[in-house]
Amino acid sequence: MSTNALKRTGGAGESGDKIFSGASLAAGCLILAALFSVAVFLIVEALPVLGADPSDITGGEGFLTYIFPIVLGTVIAAAIALLIATPLGIGVALFISHYAPRRFAQGLGYVIDLLAAIPSVVYGAWGYAVLAPQLAIAYAWLAANAGWLPIFEGPASQTGRTMLTAGIVLAVMVLPIITSLSREIFLQTPTLHEEAALAMGATRWEMITMAVLPFARPGIISAAMLGLGRALGETMAVALVLSGGALTASLIKSGNQTIAAEIALNFPEAFGLRLSELIAAGLVLFLITLAVNIVARWIISRHKEFSGAN
Amino acid sequence: MANATLTPRRSQLTKGRMPTYTLWVVLAASIVVGAALAALVGFSLVPWAIFSAILFIVAGTAVSAAIEGERKAKNRLALFLVYGAFLIALLPLLSVIWTVLERGVPGLTYNFLFTSMNGVTGAIDNQVVAEGTPVLGGAYHAIVGTLQITLWATLISVPIGLLAAIYLVEYSTGGRLARAITFFVDVMTGIPSIVAGLFAAALFGQLFGPGTRTGFVAAVALSVLMVPVVVRSTEEMLKIVPNELREAAYALGVRKWRTITRVVIPTAISGIASGVTLAIARVIGETAPILVTAGFARSINWNVFGDWMSTLPTFIYYQILTPTSPTATDPSTQRAWAAALVLIIMVMLLNLAARLIARLFAPKTSR
Repeated sequence: MSTNALKRTGGAGESGDKIFSGASLAAGCLILAALFSVAVFLIVEALPVLGADPSDITGGEGFLTYIFPIVLGTVIAAAIALLIATPLGIGVALFISHYAPRRFAQGLGYVIDLLAAIPSVVYGAWGYAVLAPQLAIAYAWLAANAGWLPIFEGPASQTGRTMLTAGIVLAVMVLPIITSLSREIFLQTPTLHEEAALAMGATRWEMITMAVLPFARPGIISAAMLGLGRALGETMAVALVLSGGALTASLIKSGNQTIAAEIALNFPEAFGLRLSELIAAGLVLFLITLAVNIVARWIISRHKEFSGAN
Repeated sequence: MANATLTPRRSQLTKGRMPTYTLWVVLAASIVVGAALAALVGFSLVPWAIFSAILFIVAGTAVSAAIEGERKAKNRLALFLVYGAFLIALLPLLSVIWTVLERGVPGLTYNFLFTSMNGVTGAIDNQVVAEGTPVLGGAYHAIVGTLQITLWATLISVPIGLLAAIYLVEYSTGGRLARAITFFVDVMTGIPSIVAGLFAAALFGQLFGPGTRTGFVAAVALSVLMVPVVVRSTEEMLKIVPNELREAAYALGVRKWRTITRVVIPTAISGIASGVTLAIARVIGETAPILVTAGFARSINWNVFGDWMSTLPTFIYYQILTPTSPTATDPSTQRAWAAALVLIIMVMLLNLAARLIARLFAPKTSR
């Protein structure tokens, strides 16, 4: 009976325990359910595309012909962004972790984080109104002097609203992601390795190539992958900056389109089959970014024991 | 050989080292030559800066290689490139902030903040440009929409995110479910915002008929983006609460849920609150999900469950892409930049608030 008495005094607390643990378990499951239902609802809404007559799809030649150029455009834009942002991001991270005076390093880190705080639509507006007109001059020069390269084939866009501009704006947007992740991992380099290299008479750069970069390689790769995920899914910068159109190899002509921008530009007026098409395009984008993110997270988790980028 | 002692010899101590002024000389020379080169292609500031920088990097490295040797020259080259990378990264930040301030401040009037676009037509904008009268119409409806949608997104995602983090840290024993949640929360942080918007649109389209666009749909879309951020930051904060505090509470016979609500959460509240604030700052600037879920309104709408809504990001987007008057775009551009300024101020204030919260409400560690 005494045990019963003990139990009774805690009766209210016991039910509180059950409710609380149940609620937190439910919240955890709800997140899984949400991600699952993202996939399910997108598939359900996209299904009509599969059964549709190819001639009813935009472009008139079936869904694959419709989606292929914009998938390629998405990949091109993200690739340009990554090509610019990865070396730059590593440089900035090295500056903050190993080059800048210690006193300023933290503050400079905040400054770069400010880049991440600016909303994407503001970047889009900036690219549209400030960057594109400036780059148009450079594009005219490139078309005249490097036009034999397919990617710089003229005539250059007068407004500068091209794939290369969109890629540059995307690079600015993914730069803080790559920088902050690489910076974290550079700061985790074992100090003993660095000091050992310096004690052997290595210059600062030799110390970085011998001690810091090998240690940080998986972290840099996953930072770049996460940046890629962001660049692939970024909508507004491309929607505002790029004056889209058919697929072209030239990066300085207007043309090309990305999935996200295609959806944003057409969704407000879409209905019926067009709506399903756009949702199917969104599904394709979802799968691509999902794959990229899973690979990035997998690389991080494999090196979890000695990395800070998680 | 007696003469040899008379010829001045360079000190062995400074051999193979550059005097400190060398690089300044190289810099000055590159700026001058850069100006000359820039003059060849039609002088302006940008090519001048580019030519000077390239010249300086090449010449500086070459001079260093000639005097100091290959290894030190490589070291200098790396130094130049790393400093250069940082300066290049600063350029867009400064340019964006300058542009928003320069173009946004003139449009930031009382009228802009407290009137909507209701009744503002292209004809009015044409008249403004023709007669030079003040720009009419503003972003009041968009500010209302931003606050409403963000508030509802916060109301949805904070309880879910908080409880899920509590489950992960306090209740789970690292089983398969916990690992799955952690993994998929990480994956969710990478969901493109437009896909989150499409999901909410598809969900409500299935439930309430196609074309359901209200503020609440947008709030659901934003929650999909916000929940993983809240979970991650809360999880990190709960993990650093010392286990001794929990054990002390248990030793006093306190129930687990009372321990969590009375001991663990109050200890971590500063970090949790700042994490939530940062999550709000992240979603408040989202455009794409709003675009596909909330439609676009020109007038004030306080009701998130009915009718279309507008937010500051979509307001900016539409003012730029489809100006109110296609022939006189200046008033629309001015409104767009003023709205961008308001939005950036909001985001910066939230970021600042997050840092202040983290500092002010941090648990006192010393007695």
